[in-house]
Amino acid sequence: MNIIKKFSLGLLISLFLTISANADKIRIGTEGAYPPWNSKDASGKLIGFEVELAWTLCRYIRQQCEIVEQDWDGMIPALIMRKFDAIMAGMSITAERQKAISFSQGYADEVASLAVMKGSDLEGISTSEGINLTKKTGAVKKDLKTLTSALAGKTVCTQTATIHQNFLESGDVGKIKVRTYKTQDEVNLDLASGRCDVALAAAVAFTDYAEKSGKPVVLVGPTFSGGAFGNGVGVGIRKDDTELLKAFNKAIDKARKNGDISRIATKWFGFDASM
Amino acid sequence: MDFDLMISSFPKLLNATLITLKLLSVSLIVGLILGILFSIMRINKNPIINKFAYGYSYFFRGTPLLVQIFIIYFGLGQLEFIRSSFLWIFLKEPYWCAIIAFSLNTGAYTSEILRSAFETIKPGLIEAGKSLGIQSKIIFFKIQIPIAIRQSLPAYGNEIILMLKGTSLASTVTLMDLTGVAKYIISTTFKPIEVFIVAGGIYLFLTFLIHNFIKFLEKKYSF
Repeated sequence: MNIIKKFSLGLLISLFLTISANADKIRIGTEGAYPPWNSKDASGKLIGFEVELAWTLCRYIRQQCEIVEQDWDGMIPALIMRKFDAIMAGMSITAERQKAISFSQGYADEVASLAVMKGSDLEGISTSEGINLTKKTGAVKKDLKTLTSALAGKTVCTQTATIHQNFLESGDVGKIKVRTYKTQDEVNLDLASGRCDVALAAAVAFTDYAEKSGKPVVLVGPTFSGGAFGNGVGVGIRKDDTELLKAFNKAIDKARKNGDISRIATKWFGFDASM
Repeated sequence: MDFDLMISSFPKLLNATLITLKLLSVSLIVGLILGILFSIMRINKNPIINKFAYGYSYFFRGTPLLVQIFIIYFGLGQLEFIRSSFLWIFLKEPYWCAIIAFSLNTGAYTSEILRSAFETIKPGLIEAGKSLGIQSKIIFFKIQIPIAIRQSLPAYGNEIILMLKGTSLASTVTLMDLTGVAKYIISTTFKPIEVFIVAGGIYLFLTFLIHNFIKFLEKKYSF
């Protein structure tokens, strides 16, 4: 009995110590499964554009940081429940998410694109290079119409709770069969296996997969921005945490001015995706 | 606590419960057939038949259901010769992959439940049948099987309940079952507690029904 008492007391004390040790650290949540934005290396260490950028921003904020891993579909609830204090997980700033949390200014631009396996009949679809859904001009409407007829009857795959899912379910490309996955890795696997006819995600997520796996994944159709795709990727922060929001905005300003964001973006994406 | 969300998500979740029940009933039926077959193989004296059935139940009881689904869904989908065979017609669909995984899993447990039930039958009953000159085939079907089924009812009821909860893993292979739809609603509302309480309540109610149905059967066929 005595041993149990001592043991549980020790456990309580160590629990308390770990909690208090973390109190002044900024904890940043990321997914670790969305390369090259954020992922893990072979040893399980978190790497990627946002991981490196997070350390840089923390240096500007002059506070200790800790990067925490969290599944994508529980990212916002975990932030609200204080499992961490900020989200840096390729999360685009959208009106829907802003109802639940605040966002810093954008630090990078995510370019979304459809992808198919080489040889798909969708390879030949002709649209403009890129469309912005904020202003639905005649040209944009024409492209959406082309996409609607091209995607009819196809199984379109995407990661759950993303801007890409919102777009596919918005009705802009008609009523289509959307299949959602927990991670982008699983979308890639099913695109390669042929269960998905076409997939939608950040263009870099596909090019990165094609490069690493050697699978013939090709981008088709236009790149998407605006509308359901939001206004760039920012740091997600709890609404009542205004101090931290200010600190991140300042740090992003500094990092942009010093060229850190462009440098890190070019390193991970192969082009400058900073904004 | 957002009660409006709980009320508005209820019909959507109830609708998804149909998929959960479909997955559960189909895999229980297939699993029961597999379980009966393999339990008979388990009590067979031939070592090859016996060991084969043992290997099957050892594998499926010894690995997590989630791993089994992933092997069948993502694993087999990677193999070129499977993708070009007729099997792909089924394995292409997440629904059939889930059914195959669930059936094989519950089949393994059911075969063990039935095997132990067969072994509890008192030899005296079989000997009594033999001394009355009844053929051993008839003894098997008219004495051993009915007793084994009755003996295994409580354990099998447990297995049904475990399987009901197991179907929640279907959401990991893109199926929109009760858990899948709950997660979907959470992903747009960011309110996990409310939605999971409703979903959990539905699971609890289903368990209540299964439990009472098995209890009813136990009473009806008691001796």
